[in-house]
Amino acid sequence: MIAALVLVPAFAGVLALLLRRDRLRRALLVATALTHLGLVAAVWRATPAAPPTAWLRLDPVGTLVLGVTSVLFAVAAIYAVGYLAHEVRAPRPDMEEDALFANGPEAVFTACLLFFLATMTLVTVSQNLGVLWVAVEATTLASAPLIFFHRHHRSLEATWKYLLICSVGIAVALLGNFFLAFAASFGPAGSGSLVLNELIAGAPGLHVRWLKAAFVLLLVGYGTKMGLAPLHTWLPDAHAEAPSVVSALLSGALLNCAFLGIVRAYQVLSAAGQGRFAGDLLIDIGLFSMALAAVFIVAQPDFKRLLAYSSVEHMGILAVGMGLGGGAVFGALLHLVNHSLAKGMLFLLAGNILAAYRSKSTAGVRGVGAALPVTAALWVAGLLAITGSPPFGPFLSELVIVKGAIDQGHPVATVLFLLFLAAAFVGMARPMLTMVQGEPLASLPPSGRDRWLAVAPPAALGLAVLLLGLWVPSWLNDVLRAAARVVGGGS
Amino acid sequence: MTAMFEINTLLVGLLLVDFVLLGASRLGTSVRQVAAQGALLSLLTLAEHAGWGAPWRVWLLALGSGVVKAVVFPYFLRRALREADVRREMAPYVGFTASVLVGVAALAASLWLASRLPLPGPVPSPLLVPVSLFTVLVGMFLLVSRRKALTQVVGYLVVENGVFCFGLALPEDAPLPVEVGILLDIFAAVFIMGIMIYQISREFDDIDTGRLTSLRDEAS
Repeated sequence: MIAALVLVPAFAGVLALLLRRDRLRRALLVATALTHLGLVAAVWRATPAAPPTAWLRLDPVGTLVLGVTSVLFAVAAIYAVGYLAHEVRAPRPDMEEDALFANGPEAVFTACLLFFLATMTLVTVSQNLGVLWVAVEATTLASAPLIFFHRHHRSLEATWKYLLICSVGIAVALLGNFFLAFAASFGPAGSGSLVLNELIAGAPGLHVRWLKAAFVLLLVGYGTKMGLAPLHTWLPDAHAEAPSVVSALLSGALLNCAFLGIVRAYQVLSAAGQGRFAGDLLIDIGLFSMALAAVFIVAQPDFKRLLAYSSVEHMGILAVGMGLGGGAVFGALLHLVNHSLAKGMLFLLAGNILAAYRSKSTAGVRGVGAALPVTAALWVAGLLAITGSPPFGPFLSELVIVKGAIDQGHPVATVLFLLFLAAAFVGMARPMLTMVQGEPLASLPPSGRDRWLAVAPPAALGLAVLLLGLWVPSWLNDVLRAAARVVGGGS
Repeated sequence: MTAMFEINTLLVGLLLVDFVLLGASRLGTSVRQVAAQGALLSLLTLAEHAGWGAPWRVWLLALGSGVVKAVVFPYFLRRALREADVRREMAPYVGFTASVLVGVAALAASLWLASRLPLPGPVPSPLLVPVSLFTVLVGMFLLVSRRKALTQVVGYLVVENGVFCFGLALPEDAPLPVEVGILLDIFAAVFIMGIMIYQISREFDDIDTGRLTSLRDEAS
């Protein structure tokens, strides 16, 4: 069952390379995404039995990230059909410069999307930290061609930075894995195994100095991929230059997978009684990410980069919540779900605006409300959701994290957390609301050009994030609680 | 000749290659040196596992990584070099003499760091941990101090070699599927980077990453 989750999209990816007809390939993409979603629903209802030391096994945290990834991918796949059908094939003028550019082959794009899903699934089911490493590096390789779909020099630059920075970051994480294996090979019982449950079971015997060094290396390595400041430099470029459907997947699914790598390391340190050391590091790097993101969000002239920096901010929130421990862990995991849904929605909508206005500049876009009324309404809803306004889900999860911070006695962290959230709210609200208002330029498409396939997927995500703010269903709540318990967050 | 002697000789070889890389201005030299490093590492894997008597999986990995790192990668990189028609690393961010001096400092730092970390049991050689840390540092330094896309890929490979070398110090080997997975990942990474170098050279008529500067933000 678990193998099928990885192999179905992988085989579909190979098949996509062989298919000649575009319509057939798009049907394959959607069919695979829905099959994957069905399989995930099945494992969600009844976790497949596996011995506790199996390399591939679903634990509650993995199930949660897998579920979010699968839902977001299904929505993105449906959106991608409309996107690919409306992309101009012939070389066309660049929107920022005079040069002409064309798209990469659609077969490669679709295949890489499917490989991307397969590798992300492998990340979520890996219980051996070595396999986890292999899978995270594979996500980088599967997604690099996606960022380079529009063949111009800006996407080339973004892809190069992404490939190199993330590959080197991941190499540091591999060194961290080896350090962890070193920490595990002390003492008579030391095996040097990297299977998570064996590490946790033998945690009291781990060598503390190697263990701490391993955590720092893993935090730097996977933190690079997750977009934690100051290692985030690839993130705004890649998110801004990739097609919007890819940006949605990078931000909503890939970053969570990298976060999972850090969570695994955190689990081992908690079990070894070093949870406070790891937690303090996570809080510090999380708050720094939020601060830096807030600085770059204010006066950001490009709306896709705005959303990208918002992702840096939210990854910081996840790190802070995880680092606080206790009740905040539940908040962080709930926030992971909320952020993925809300940010996925916003990037898809940004794609609609970009397609209509052919500009990423917040100053170049006016009157979305008149030109694309449905997109505009969802855009405002998405803004409220991502900035943590009630009644949307992120409000609830951020509240739980703040409550956790107060309960744990972190007054300074609480104040800074709220301050950075407020700064991001102001920084995002002003440009995003200005884009909606005003009169559209005369050269723009007439009102009512919202295509069904372009607004239904983000609307579905928006509805989900709204419902999560009002009521967390018991099937989700159970997994969240179980996951929080596994990570060491109690209750 | 004892195994210890062979291992130390190979490690000193790695160390020298690192210094040559720091001072190399010709891109062809960098490619050749990183290939030599790959070959040394695969010999080191064998030497560390009792030479000829090594089990078949060690032979498989040593030969596999040797072929990939010493034959396939140089082939990719040379082809990229021909397409791009560049020979030298012109005006690196840090000069070649200064780079070698940085290397000396990095070596001292790695020796100090290795002396601070206790080892779980007998390791093949006391040089193994410091040399691998030094190789990682040299790779990182090459990545940030050189401008050509190709030298940056070489830097990435040097980092990977350093990490791989560190892995040899582990008392227990990583399981075979994990080792093969790691090798496949690095292979695919260099393959994709080679394609990107080709695209960069076509777009800019050069592979100077100093040209890749249109995406940036200024803090307000």
